[in-house]
Amino acid sequence: MTISKLLIANRGEIASRIIRTARAMDITTVAVFSDPDAGLPYVLEADESVRLPGSAPAETYLRGKALIAAAAATGADAVHPGYGFLSENAGFARACAAAGLTFVGPSPAAIEAMGSKIAAKELMAAAGVPVLPSAVFDDAVFDDGTGPDPAELRKAAEDIGFPVLVKAAYGGGGRGMRIVTDSGEIAGAVASARREAASAFGNGTVFLERFVESPRHIEVQILGDQAGTVVHLFERECSIQRRYQKIIEEAPSPAVSEGLRAELCQAAVAAGQAIGYVGAGTVEFVLDSSGRFYFLEVNTRLQVEHPVTEMITGLDLVGLQLEIAAGQPLPPQVIEAGLTGAGFTGHAIEARLYAEDVPAGYLPASGELHTFEIDLSNGLRVDAGFASGTRVSTFYDSMLAKVIGYGPTRDDARRVLAAALSRARLHGVVTNRDLLVGILREPEFAAGAIDTGYLDRHQPAELCPAEAQAGPVHLLAVALAGQARRREQAPVLATLPSGWRNNPSVPQRASYELDGRPAEVSYRFGRDGVQAEVDGTEVGGVVLHGTRPAPVAHGAAAQGPLPGGPARMLVDLEAGGVRRVIHVTQAGAAFYVDSVLGHTVVAEVDRFPDPAAAVQAGSLLAPMPGTVVRVVAAVGDHVEAGAVILAIEAMKMEHAIYAPAPGIVTELPITVGAQVDSGSVLAVLEEEPGD
Amino acid sequence: MPVLRSSVDTASEAYLANRAGQLAAIAALDEQLGLARAGGGAKYAQRHRDRGRLLARERLELLVDQDSPLLELSSLAAWGTEFTVGASIVTCVGVVSGAECVLIAHDPTVRGGSMNPYTLRKNLRALEIARRNRLPVINLVESGGADLPTQSDLFVPAGRIFHDLTELSAMGIPTIALVFGNSTAGGAYVPGMCDYSVLVDGQAKVFLGGPPLVKMATGEEADDESLGGADMHSRISGLADHFAVDELDCIRIGRQIVAELHWRKLGPPASEPADPPLYDPDELLGIVSADFRVPFDPREVLARIVDGSRFGEYKPRYGTSLVTGWASVHGYPVGVLANARGVLFSEEAKKATEFILLANQSDTPLIFLQNTTGYMVGTQYEQGGIIKDGAKMINAVTNSAIPHITVNMAASFGAGNYGMSGRAYDPRFMFAWVNAKLAVMGAQQLAGVMSIVGRQSAESTGRAFDAEADEKRRAQIEAQIERESDAFFVSARLYDDGVIDPRDTRSVLGVALSAAHSGTIEGRRGFGVFRM
Repeated sequence: MTISKLLIANRGEIASRIIRTARAMDITTVAVFSDPDAGLPYVLEADESVRLPGSAPAETYLRGKALIAAAAATGADAVHPGYGFLSENAGFARACAAAGLTFVGPSPAAIEAMGSKIAAKELMAAAGVPVLPSAVFDDAVFDDGTGPDPAELRKAAEDIGFPVLVKAAYGGGGRGMRIVTDSGEIAGAVASARREAASAFGNGTVFLERFVESPRHIEVQILGDQAGTVVHLFERECSIQRRYQKIIEEAPSPAVSEGLRAELCQAAVAAGQAIGYVGAGTVEFVLDSSGRFYFLEVNTRLQVEHPVTEMITGLDLVGLQLEIAAGQPLPPQVIEAGLTGAGFTGHAIEARLYAEDVPAGYLPASGELHTFEIDLSNGLRVDAGFASGTRVSTFYDSMLAKVIGYGPTRDDARRVLAAALSRARLHGVVTNRDLLVGILREPEFAAGAIDTGYLDRHQPAELCPAEAQAGPVHLLAVALAGQARRREQAPVLATLPSGWRNNPSVPQRASYELDGRPAEVSYRFGRDGVQAEVDGTEVGGVVLHGTRPAPVAHGAAAQGPLPGGPARMLVDLEAGGVRRVIHVTQAGAAFYVDSVLGHTVVAEVDRFPDPAAAVQAGSLLAPMPGTVVRVVAAVGDHVEAGAVILAIEAMKMEHAIYAPAPGIVTELPITVGAQVDSGSVLAVLEEEPGD
Repeated sequence: MPVLRSSVDTASEAYLANRAGQLAAIAALDEQLGLARAGGGAKYAQRHRDRGRLLARERLELLVDQDSPLLELSSLAAWGTEFTVGASIVTCVGVVSGAECVLIAHDPTVRGGSMNPYTLRKNLRALEIARRNRLPVINLVESGGADLPTQSDLFVPAGRIFHDLTELSAMGIPTIALVFGNSTAGGAYVPGMCDYSVLVDGQAKVFLGGPPLVKMATGEEADDESLGGADMHSRISGLADHFAVDELDCIRIGRQIVAELHWRKLGPPASEPADPPLYDPDELLGIVSADFRVPFDPREVLARIVDGSRFGEYKPRYGTSLVTGWASVHGYPVGVLANARGVLFSEEAKKATEFILLANQSDTPLIFLQNTTGYMVGTQYEQGGIIKDGAKMINAVTNSAIPHITVNMAASFGAGNYGMSGRAYDPRFMFAWVNAKLAVMGAQQLAGVMSIVGRQSAESTGRAFDAEADEKRRAQIEAQIERESDAFFVSARLYDDGVIDPRDTRSVLGVALSAAHSGTIEGRRGFGVFRM
């Protein structure tokens, strides 16, 4: 069996990643794309692509029938599911097989076996893989209305050992979770967990498990071929998580000794063998502070963080997946890599770059990504799903790219990654870059002292300190870049000195908004250099050494500016005796400033606002693009400060729009279901004079 | 093109003395410019601001394109008179929506922006610059009208403002009125005569007669708004084309009107490289003599003004008291006539005549750099036909049809002023360096002549000549002429378009040349070039 044409049932960076390997293997690729994704790089990178009409995942990437139809239409003989979406859906794997398509992944049976957490755990325990002690109290036990005997519960908890986690067996998201440290509390905790589980998930089965406080998250990459060989490719550590979402992963783990590695990897291989695993999979463990590890689950797919394993082993996991799917045995070097224990060199760290507003509580962000440039350097790998000029929609996971640093030591990898991220030019959409850089540079992280509680101990505000100096210098750079651009484009008198006056009165002025606050820059080019003020404070020692168009950055992760795209300029500016080259990118009224001082977004305020375009006082504007899901108030309503007027949904999260002050709703120019753009007027409130 | 080589010794005593003299003069100029900018002073500026209004220069600065150059004209008008320096009006050549325009703004902080005889001359001069150079005109109106005590000097000639505005319109030169405040009685004809008018709500008052006058004339009770408000004029009379909600809106609309003109200049675009001179213009201060009686080499000046210090000299070995040649300034090709030693002899006059004819043949604008004490006198020269040769030069200057721009570097005396395209010869623009003198002759010389004439008169009538009284009178006359030849005095009377810092010369010429190219550039033809 060979694979000659591969349909990729996924999107974004992983689709691009799979295309890269497939092309090297002379496999023709077929991409699928939803409407919002039509402009993403992977669509053009694939040899062929098929539209999946619609936007929401349920209409597009989760429609197995449509995907199989796309494969049939293009004559694909295999399907790679990537991660997420249908990658761990046994039904889809079966449907592929039924349609004569090779599913790049394990058997439907293996997927199913690992799909049930409780069953998987039992299976692993039987195979001798360490699992957390636990007990299950089935819904049926409660049927008689009395519930389990409190003594029985206490005994179960004591057998498990405190602290004990009590949670709903079905469903997730932490609903109904309780941590119990004392046997006296167990009965009450189980009763309330049951009530919540029954109401939220329709099944009151309760699950008790040893609670591991702030563990490390360690996982082992395994590979199994159709001949029954299962090998491991060492561990990865993914302890840096925000809201149960990994954001920084690395390989190897700084917490894993050679001895522990051998144990972990052996357990993982045992787990794989127990289910006859075929393909690439990941066995996840928690590692407690005393070095004991327990089985968590098996992911029957390629992991997001697979690149760190690739970097340290030099192997291509997608290539191996395709070879295994094509029925080939694992190559000897792969088998040996795991066996010798010396099958890896160096250290790799991956950071997940998300479009999200960290200070606002990791709120997913969307919009046009004007610039997406990460300068490539030695040891840096960028797996990106977006490029300059593409749009980030609200429909899918908001990860923009995975940026991977590699070096001989963990510190080398960390530095390569921090340098690349801190210097990246990311414009148009707010990202978690500052948080990532903050973590990479934080001493505890640098020392490898990490666990899943890391981001509870280190708040984003602490990790991304604001650079106070960036404001004035960046504002001045923006003003002077604007000046240079206007002079360049001047239809007359372009060669005269900028802003020349024989009787100078008022300096040149420009108004901006920075972090929601107004800012004013004034400057004058005189015989004695540039006199400049920012917000009324003189900036001393200003010399504009020059401005020039920014060169297009090189490398796969950097795309040139699109025609009609933003203007990019390098401002060579000396201020206060320090000379810096500052990147200024203009997209409409927005200026994006990148320098060693940090990254700033500055909005230019129109000197002559058109009175007709002015937003009415009291207007409530959409904070992000989304869909109106609820309209609570009606025109004419008196509302109190803080009252919910309406709600919009973006990225499956509901954002309420509140009245900022008491008043009367005078306009509601939207209805439920309306699509709104960031900044559209949602409601107008006439404020009532206070008492 | 050959490149000028400078041989200035910046450490020499003469250089340092010249520089000190120029810097002192520049400081005096800056002081006067400061007074002009201050207008009616801090108190009236504050009162104006308290009404929520912008100052004249703030309006101008917002009207012109950001970062574009702005050349203010006649800043010292009314200097040394009873009126405020600047004459309660600001006139400029500036760029609005990419088009060079003449901007005329009343300064309402000076007696409500009322017009005195100097205001009128400055206003008319700006309109003349607009007409000669084909520049759209934007009036920023807020004036209380005529300064009534000086009405006898104003009333008759002031009609010229409205005449010129409508004449400009007839020539296809757009005229715009942005009315920020009072524009009453005669002033009402400014928006009335302009092609476009914009009135600011609640501020513009445009009527022939205000409420008291109407009451007196007809007994009607009327208010400002119904007689001449922006709302009324935009909805009822139609005098206002645009209703502006505030001053910023008015300026925005003004810029939009100019943008919608799609103004095209008719002269050729700058065609030469506009690289800066090789030598620092700051050194001009040490080159130009503090005492006009000490000549200096104008090539040293050109080396600090023209593009790349490139200068192709014409007839370098003939008539060497006058330097002529070709260069470019901000990319515009020019011919240059510059006095090297003050006196013009027959050779210089004939060389100048030929050169002016050549420039007309090639449609090349001319720059006159004056430093002249006049045409040579004496038997030898009179017999050699200096009058005829001077006449040739004046004839050529007069009938030359290409733009002339004149700069008085140090001295402009006698008929040399005429031959070197002085004010009476209609240069498109004329400026004076801060230390320059202009008069029929030098003060000392004039006083001496007066003394000799007095002595001769006494002798011929047999009166006793009172040597002591003569000495006193001579000193008096010398002082008077000295004062009247001063650049500020000359500029105050609108005999030039402004006193400039020598270091600004290249920029001033750049704006002036570019403005001149708004119209066609066409030399006088008909005869061939006479070889004199």
